[in-house]
Amino acid sequence: MRRYLRLWQALLLVLIFVVWQVLTQPGLIPPVMWDNPDRAAFFFGEPLRIFGAIADWFGDGSIYRHLWVTLEETVLAFLIGSALGLAIGLWLGLSPLASAILDPYITAANAMPRVVLAPIFMVWFGLGIWSKVALGVTLVFFIVFFNVYQGVKEVSPVVLSNTVMLGANRRQLLRFVYLPSATSWVFSSLHTSVGMAFVGAVVGEYLGSASGVGYLIHQAEGAFDINTVFAGILVLTAFALVLDFAVTRVERRLLVWRPTQGETEQL
Amino acid sequence: MTPAVQLDQITCTFAGKAGSYTAVKDVQLAVGEGEFVSVVGPTGCGKSTLLNVAAGLLRPSAGAVRIQGEPLQGINRRAGYMFQAEGLMPWRSALANVTAGLEFRGVDAAEARRRGEDWLARVGLAGFGDRYPHQLSGGMRKRVSLAQMLILDPPILLMDEPFSALDIQTRQLMENELLELWSANRKSVIFITHDLEEAISLSDRVVVLSAGPATHPIGEFAIDLPRPRDVAEIRLSPRFIELHDRIWRSMKEEVLKGYAQTKNRVA
Repeated sequence: MRRYLRLWQALLLVLIFVVWQVLTQPGLIPPVMWDNPDRAAFFFGEPLRIFGAIADWFGDGSIYRHLWVTLEETVLAFLIGSALGLAIGLWLGLSPLASAILDPYITAANAMPRVVLAPIFMVWFGLGIWSKVALGVTLVFFIVFFNVYQGVKEVSPVVLSNTVMLGANRRQLLRFVYLPSATSWVFSSLHTSVGMAFVGAVVGEYLGSASGVGYLIHQAEGAFDINTVFAGILVLTAFALVLDFAVTRVERRLLVWRPTQGETEQL
Repeated sequence: MTPAVQLDQITCTFAGKAGSYTAVKDVQLAVGEGEFVSVVGPTGCGKSTLLNVAAGLLRPSAGAVRIQGEPLQGINRRAGYMFQAEGLMPWRSALANVTAGLEFRGVDAAEARRRGEDWLARVGLAGFGDRYPHQLSGGMRKRVSLAQMLILDPPILLMDEPFSALDIQTRQLMENELLELWSANRKSVIFITHDLEEAISLSDRVVVLSAGPATHPIGEFAIDLPRPRDVAEIRLSPRFIELHDRIWRSMKEEVLKGYAQTKNRVA
């Protein structure tokens, strides 16, 4: 059974699209919900037309420019957000006074729904990629920040003392103990933070832009072109899966030192 | 001759929520140059506190520490410390852990690598340099810790129940290896343990501590067993049994006291 896992998964996907097509194609079966046979297709689109739209995008290559913009925004948001989160997380983790003073502000900033900042970023950074990057950064920052902060707090005191006894000074302690420990926490949140960077990019595009997949969806929605909206969603989903796959690969390379359950090799 | 380590009237009082707690009181302890001294006492009697004071990790509430005649300020740079718990950096390979101290001192990378591999071979881990700590067994990790400490060639070794987490066979192997390394290059050792047999078989002198609070030495016994010793065989010699009997009689009361206290605390 497990050997055919992928096959079953693929079959399920095909089944979903077939049911979808059967329920929505005008005139194929008698209308279930509405009197008008075109109504189901209007609300839910038709898989065949959705795939047609996707094929058109990739056929004439017009999608690549938009995908590239979205990818660019995601990567920039992730890198800038992670760097800021790492720096400030380390700082507050190592400075009890600063963290005590800033604690309520951090909590408030994290509690605030940051999507509402999108219009402000639009005013500050314009309709280009930077307003989307800024939105993604606010989302990524807090995930990385909290992980690093926690990571710094939870560095094993024995490892610290041991490193001190081996002769490390403060700077070396930061570089050889706190930083590796904190980055391992950043990597453990890698999937979430890359996902958030992606969300920031797409939402930003949706709210106002001239390119990107979010922009395509927004355009199609304005024209009540539900098939293109779904096409955009499918492309985004596939894109997110590819991104996640890439992250998993990177993670495996960088966290070789980490014990994984069941994989521990005793000699 | 100036002692390598001299603890002079050391008192350590910790402030806590339930009032202050005096862990050790008026402790007088001197370890000669090249002498192997074990400190035994009931669990929770403040043995580790004394070692942390000698390492400079903990400042005593009263009293002075002199290292080779000089008053200790800050971290004790002439001492290597082997902790009871895991002190290795999990994100560094065995070799990188062993060479960490050299790296902190700015030793050239190729030279550090050469000496690191040499030390790994000396503790029986040749070829395991690229393993991460989680890929090694408990005994192997202890060997790495031992090499990590000895590579810096400190004149003083502070060891806090380093082998207590190991099974009895591995433990005796490690004890023999420690004795061999120590006799090749006599360092001054303070070895903390709660295991009297381990203390006698390794040491030149055994210091017995009273039960806490306000722990202080209550007896000192010179161990006149011949060297070189095999820790497994020497346990069977009549002189060993005689010494064990004498020291145990002096300890017994304190152990029972310590046990009663722990029991009352739990009850």
